Amino acid sequence: MLTILFDGIAYGMVLFVLGCGLSVTMGLMNFVNLAHGAFAMLGGYVAVLAMQRLGLPFLASLPLAFLAAALVGIVLERLIYRPMYAKSHLDQVMFSIGLVFMAVAGTDWLMGSTQQFIRLPVWLQGRFEVAGIGIGRYRLFVIAICGLLAVSLQWGFTRTRFGSRLRAAVDDARVARGLGIPVSRLFALTFALGSGLAGLGGALGVELMGLDPSFPLKFMIYFLIVVTVGGTSSITGPFFAAMLLGVADVVGKYLVPQVGAFIIYALMVVLLITRPHGLFARARA
Amino acid sequence: MTHRRTILGGFLGLALAGSVSGAALAQEAVKIGLILPMTGPFASTGKQIDAAVKLFLAREGATHGGRKLEVILKDDAGNADTTRRLAQELVVNDKVSVLAGFGLTPLAMATAQVATQAKVPEIVMAAATATITEASPFIVRTSFTLPQASEPMADWAAANGIKKVFTVVTDYGPGIDAETSFAAKFKAAGGTVESVRVPLRNPDFAPFLQRVSEAKPDALFVFVPSGIGAQFMKQFVERGLDKAGVKLIGPGDVVDDDILEGIGDVAIGAITTHHYSAKHDSAENKAFVEAFQKANPGMRPNFMAVGGYDGMKLIAKALEATKGDASGEKLIAAMKGASWESPRGPIKIDPDTRDIIQNIYVRKTEKVGSELHNVEFATIKDVKDPVKARK
Amino acid sequence: MSAPAFETRVRQSLYAGRRWHPAEIAFWLLAGAACLLFPRQSLLLNEIAILALFALSLDLILGFAGIVSLGHAAFLGTGAYAAGLLAKHVTADPLAGLGVGMAAAGLLGLVTSPLVLRGTDLTRLMITLGVALILYELANSFGGLTGGADGLQGIMMGPVLGLFDFDIFGRTAYLYSLSVLFVLFLVARRVTNSPFGLSLRAIRDNPLRASASGVPNGKRLAAAYALAAAYAGAAGALLAQTTQFVSLDVLDFHRSADLTLVLIIGGAGYLYGGLIGAVAFKLLQDAIATFTPQYWMFWIGLFLVLFVLGGREIIHGAIKTVAGRFARLGKGAAR
Repeated sequence: MLTILFDGIAYGMVLFVLGCGLSVTMGLMNFVNLAHGAFAMLGGYVAVLAMQRLGLPFLASLPLAFLAAALVGIVLERLIYRPMYAKSHLDQVMFSIGLVFMAVAGTDWLMGSTQQFIRLPVWLQGRFEVAGIGIGRYRLFVIAICGLLAVSLQWGFTRTRFGSRLRAAVDDARVARGLGIPVSRLFALTFALGSGLAGLGGALGVELMGLDPSFPLKFMIYFLIVVTVGGTSSITGPFFAAMLLGVADVVGKYLVPQVGAFIIYALMVVLLITRPHGLFARARA
Repeated sequence: MTHRRTILGGFLGLALAGSVSGAALAQEAVKIGLILPMTGPFASTGKQIDAAVKLFLAREGATHGGRKLEVILKDDAGNADTTRRLAQELVVNDKVSVLAGFGLTPLAMATAQVATQAKVPEIVMAAATATITEASPFIVRTSFTLPQASEPMADWAAANGIKKVFTVVTDYGPGIDAETSFAAKFKAAGGTVESVRVPLRNPDFAPFLQRVSEAKPDALFVFVPSGIGAQFMKQFVERGLDKAGVKLIGPGDVVDDDILEGIGDVAIGAITTHHYSAKHDSAENKAFVEAFQKANPGMRPNFMAVGGYDGMKLIAKALEATKGDASGEKLIAAMKGASWESPRGPIKIDPDTRDIIQNIYVRKTEKVGSELHNVEFATIKDVKDPVKARK
Repeated sequence: MSAPAFETRVRQSLYAGRRWHPAEIAFWLLAGAACLLFPRQSLLLNEIAILALFALSLDLILGFAGIVSLGHAAFLGTGAYAAGLLAKHVTADPLAGLGVGMAAAGLLGLVTSPLVLRGTDLTRLMITLGVALILYELANSFGGLTGGADGLQGIMMGPVLGLFDFDIFGRTAYLYSLSVLFVLFLVARRVTNSPFGLSLRAIRDNPLRASASGVPNGKRLAAAYALAAAYAGAAGALLAQTTQFVSLDVLDFHRSADLTLVLIIGGAGYLYGGLIGAVAFKLLQDAIATFTPQYWMFWIGLFLVLFVLGGREIIHGAIKTVAGRFARLGKGAAR
């Protein structure tokens, strides 16, 4: 039973890293970026290529995935995302779905439609037992990395100058600009951070979820669930939402596999009905 | 108000007006409408078959029975109503003589009525639910059926000291087919079976594998759609089930040749029953694999490819038998009972059910040189689809 | 301004909205003539007509009531399965199936409307999506009834009105779908230009003010939602009847997503948006997919991106010019 809890937490952690980037761009910049999964896929492919073609070790390919996705993110933000900020949400949805379509077909063309894989280093394979709880090494690794990320993100947003400027810029961009905060650069950086996190999540997720060109479409629903349930105004919201959904999904499927498919959706609907603004909604005007 | 009613009446009235005669004009080329999922989650199926069809035309020539074969490729992205529309358009507009492809069961089923209505043979090259061929008298299958591949697994397991099996299958038509046919046969042989079904959209197998590990069975019977198999295998090993002495068995989809290299060494030791392995030991197969890999660098032909290749072969053979007469009934008549040596081994189209009769091989996944392969070590000869055979 | 004078003005404006623009008449004549002009494309035209009806349904709630939805496929699927099951087990009459499909979907809309009418846009998007996904899994689980992933087999449709049999060319199918679309369009047109439609727009533009002026927001929105659901159910029934097959796919997420795209391409809030969007989207998709069956998604994606980045003004400008020209033509003829 505790083993299954552990598995659920690991799964939730991956969901969190994949989703929190989206919640950053959506909550902070008020931009519905459905192409988020495309950045995750990019990260995944970069990691796969780095390991297969360049022969880099797994650990080295993770930062590479982050950097590549962040870089592409910042370039796209400068070039084509910027004019989108002022448009309606529906326009943003259509625009980003268009990007997803392009990413899916483009990846198919470049990389083929088969599943991609990574070979984990030996020390991350297999599992060990602690007090009767089976612990997968890779899952533990994922939990450690994602936990670290969650803590540092939370710290970054609440305690650093960058964080406070960002929150100021989000609350009122005009006033913030008036106070001399470089809002547009801040947004670009945030967008890059969000995309980079997605890339990292994609790279971490290859082993657990697989990777093929339809990745952004297949997992779009999951990102959205995490973000809406968690609310978009903090890091803790999506974090606990991801945990809750991950654990509920895994444990639910374990206990009652007959209704396994419904759990995550039903939970989402119930949560959204009871807390329409997310788990830890901050009162907003 | 009156003009609205006029317009409305007009729409319905037009239905009566003019009925174009659908008589197919005699043409030089025999057109084959190839409908495959070339995009979406099942794109790799489409690509394998498309590559095999092209390979057939390149290797065995495009002219058969005095007629040139012309293939028109369409993408249905795995949507059944698109498949049906494309099939109808191909029949009506392009006047195709044969419909082929069909990556998934619903896609083949949705087209069945078109085939019956237009009297056009429908060659199923991939979809594997047993009942497909019963949907229309014009359906012929060159792939396999899941019960056909799953039941021999039950025999093998029962004969090799396996008493308790846990089945994990994906919760849709083919998965349920595999589970029920295996469980029925295995129980009849005196074994016990526990079952769990995995939802189609399911990124993590942990909860299901945890149940398996607690049940401590002798073997785990698994069917998941090709492509997802890799994650399943990895998590199977990650959970230490292989070391706990649980054998991994099942129809060959989970160790699909297309992705076997990507699955890696965790696949070693899996025992599967299937109709095709790229390592099948015959001259036909060696030549086939070599030509396939030459034409498609980096790709290994899998059971989808061989289904596509044999589908084309069947069309060619039928045309030769009818001496170029491409009318649907004649083609179907010629296809019934056709037999030849395929890369997978000897195969025959059952004249009663229009389904395929073929050898099922018991294979073990092993390292051959530096590559992973499914090595065949036992053969069950001339297996018919057991579901229809019982009727 | 005195109350009666105000009422007269509202009345007049509603009547003005109901008047037929010459471009509209031309549009429907062209739609009717399409099956003679393009006899080889009847099947595609049929798909367009069904998608157009589906988009019209979304337009009713999105364009007029401001309710966003990513789960409209739930109603399409309900209508399709209801019509399919009726045809399989009870009667093969298409119109009965259409009625049952609409009723089933409308009922579902009414039942789920309390879930949808709360929260922000984002919450609504996700709740509607969640409902559709749950239905998808339900349909998969009740394989005995729905055929599960194999799809609902063995639907045989009788002739429309007992007269017109469905043919393999899809001509009957298209004219049947188009007739249904036209009738339902007339109804929608009447509804949106009624006081009820006006109150919906009031809620969309400013819910607080609307309820302050005595509009029962919740009830109106629920009614609109159920109506739109019934429309989507009709589209589903048409799909089931003309393809004589229902697969799980009708409940899938991509249906809802494509639908949103269709409506945004055409523009929401004037009823024709969904229709024009459906024509544009399907033709574009078909043309590109014929040209490159493997990578059509890329070009559609590129189109969407360019469309949002500035192409829309150009296209909509062109449509307005054409419509304006028709208006002038119409007036010229009247003189």
